[in-house]
Amino acid sequence: MGAVLSQKDAPLFEALNKYRGNRIVPFDVPGHKQGKGNKELMDFLGEKCLSVDVNSMKPLDNLARPVGVIKQAQQLAAEAFGSKGSFFSVNGTTAAVQAMILYACKSGDKIIMPRNVHISAINALILSGAAPVYVNPGVDKKLGISLGMPIDEVIGAIEKNSDAKAVFINNPTYYGVCSNIKKIVSAAHRHGMLVLADEAHGTHFYFGEGLPPPAMACGADMSSVSMHKTGGSLTQSSVLLFGEGVNEGYLRQVLGLCQTTSASYLLLSSLDIARRNLALTGKGIFSKVAAIAKYARDEINKIGGYYAYSEELIDNNAVCNFDTTKLSVYTRDIGLAGIEVYDLLRDEYGIQIEFGDIGNILAIISVGDSELAIERLISALYEIKRLYSKDKSGMFDHEYITPTVELTPKGAFYSNKRSVPLKSAVGSICGEFVMSYPPGIPILAPGERITPEIIEYILYAKDKGCVITGMEDMTVQNINIAEV
Amino acid sequence: MELWYTEQHTPFVGFSIKVERQLYSEKSKFQRIDIFESKEFGRFLTLDGLMMVTQKDEFIYHDMIVHVAMATNPSVKNVLVIGAGDGGTVRELTRYNTISNIDMVEIDEQVVNVCKRYLPQTACGFDDKRVNLYFEDGLKFVRSKCGEYDLIIVDSTDPFGPGEGLFTKEFYGNCHNALKDKGILVNQHESPYYEYNANAMKRAHRGIKSFFPICMVYQAHIPTYPSGHWLFGIASKQLDPIKDANLDAWEKLNLNTKYYNTKLHKGCFALPTYVIDMLKEKAE
Repeated sequence: MGAVLSQKDAPLFEALNKYRGNRIVPFDVPGHKQGKGNKELMDFLGEKCLSVDVNSMKPLDNLARPVGVIKQAQQLAAEAFGSKGSFFSVNGTTAAVQAMILYACKSGDKIIMPRNVHISAINALILSGAAPVYVNPGVDKKLGISLGMPIDEVIGAIEKNSDAKAVFINNPTYYGVCSNIKKIVSAAHRHGMLVLADEAHGTHFYFGEGLPPPAMACGADMSSVSMHKTGGSLTQSSVLLFGEGVNEGYLRQVLGLCQTTSASYLLLSSLDIARRNLALTGKGIFSKVAAIAKYARDEINKIGGYYAYSEELIDNNAVCNFDTTKLSVYTRDIGLAGIEVYDLLRDEYGIQIEFGDIGNILAIISVGDSELAIERLISALYEIKRLYSKDKSGMFDHEYITPTVELTPKGAFYSNKRSVPLKSAVGSICGEFVMSYPPGIPILAPGERITPEIIEYILYAKDKGCVITGMEDMTVQNINIAEV
Repeated sequence: MELWYTEQHTPFVGFSIKVERQLYSEKSKFQRIDIFESKEFGRFLTLDGLMMVTQKDEFIYHDMIVHVAMATNPSVKNVLVIGAGDGGTVRELTRYNTISNIDMVEIDEQVVNVCKRYLPQTACGFDDKRVNLYFEDGLKFVRSKCGEYDLIIVDSTDPFGPGEGLFTKEFYGNCHNALKDKGILVNQHESPYYEYNANAMKRAHRGIKSFFPICMVYQAHIPTYPSGHWLFGIASKQLDPIKDANLDAWEKLNLNTKYYNTKLHKGCFALPTYVIDMLKEKAE
């Protein structure tokens, strides 16, 4: 392939530009033929966009069998992230997470993971038939959020389950909390286990300064990174990183099980361009992001009643590190659930934040933010406190409920199931997922025992306006239970 | 050689002024700032290519953004001005000996410096002892104030750049909180004519109306702004700008004004039917 490439190159992007310039006559898919077959779509998205919405072809390589520009772009991404290799994912971090777990675990294999993983990880357990060994995350009682995995508990789980194939880690959690990944890696590797990281919210760790260490630098074997979340690529584009001990060819096969054979070049080129941008200017971008987030936290904490938290949560156990670019705010002291503040911001002030849960809101600050926009969020929070704050008594005050796992997720999901009213499900084994999305962390996963407090929690979250997903019954009245 | 300045009032309408020479062009931290010299309008200032102020017609805008509120309550003492980097609003305010303090908050210091140098016609009141200049975001400045001001004047750019935060509900709510019980809020209220200005106008009106029991709109003719038909908003917790106006007291001040007068004070609130209808509509 000729000359050695550097981070200043973007081979995939350049190949698409060349393709556009060559005015190739398309007798292949997609059928819109560079937009000509769908005028309305072309008016909406623009000719530039549709002219490169193409299928894999000789000069553009093939995601399923990368030997040309995609291979080069993946190699540049690997260099930028400091891993041995990388694969691009066009089915989001979800596909990357599933590929990591399907690579590590066959049916019946154990995998050690915190219970507050994203739905995609537990979905992978249904696909693979792996059995989870949950490590209860630490819980911040006041904030009602689950934290990282306490190091002693992870090591205990590793020693007790020395036949487990892998340890799965969030780095960081949605709220920005990191576990002690270095210690976890060394304990896992001592027992021959792979370490898989979900870095859906960790792209910037690889490029910024003064941020928590990224998983691959701590010796993790694989990591799934959502470039689109804080790195600036298009929604649904992600990178799967892998290290020395991973069989590249087999991982590619497994990833192939999880994603489309018609990979979008819009997504792929956005990864290439975002990677170049981050590699060349990431340091500056994320120091600005961290500064904006810090400014916002300081200003929000001046309002009184809100608590925008940060590194003071670090206890070197369940919170080993904190991502200071995250803007998480505890709202319950003004008598409003996070989801209520979320709704007010959207409906009354035209401000869209990432999510609100029972006690907190989370705003994502990223490569695209400015100082002026953050002033709007701060001012709106002043107003919400002034106009809407209430007595805080009677508010639900816990978020994490320790589950009792009775069946594997796969066993429960594929069992004979019965739909029963929510309240009469107490004591049964759950046959499906129940979660609030976002954050997309299951309240109940298939195979877990349903307790009265879980039902109470689901009803409270529903009442406060959380969007409950995962269930067959979208009205959240009936729940599927596994018949044992 | 012909050199013309053109502002696109819509994608299909251009407004052009023949330019003699360009005196200044720089990009500040926030926006592009230009000063031109023309035969017809004298010197004029544009921000991001949009017309802000010309020597020839600035008196209309500045008369109307200041004197309507001052005649409504001539005993105003403490004033907050947001935006207004060209200085014209502060110049008019400093003519009132009754005013004891003027805080002016402009996000872009470079606009003030450029106007001091090239537009002394408007930028002549900044040295008045009563004027305090703050170079920061107006939205930020106002949110920590409570019950301090008799009058807040929002002399902003269009809501499509650094001025965006000054057209929001959070801003109007914070202004309401920063005003005293008899406080008045005046804002440049965009134009009803072209759709893109009209939407901003409707949004602003709806936002202000949700906080102030008295919320009215008046108009002026400003030749260099899109369509020439421009609106101002006046909102208050107690004072009605027509019924409670103290026009006799204002007359006694003996201020010479080129556009504003006490007859116009009443007349400028008489709006065309389509504008009245539009103010009742919801913004898109």
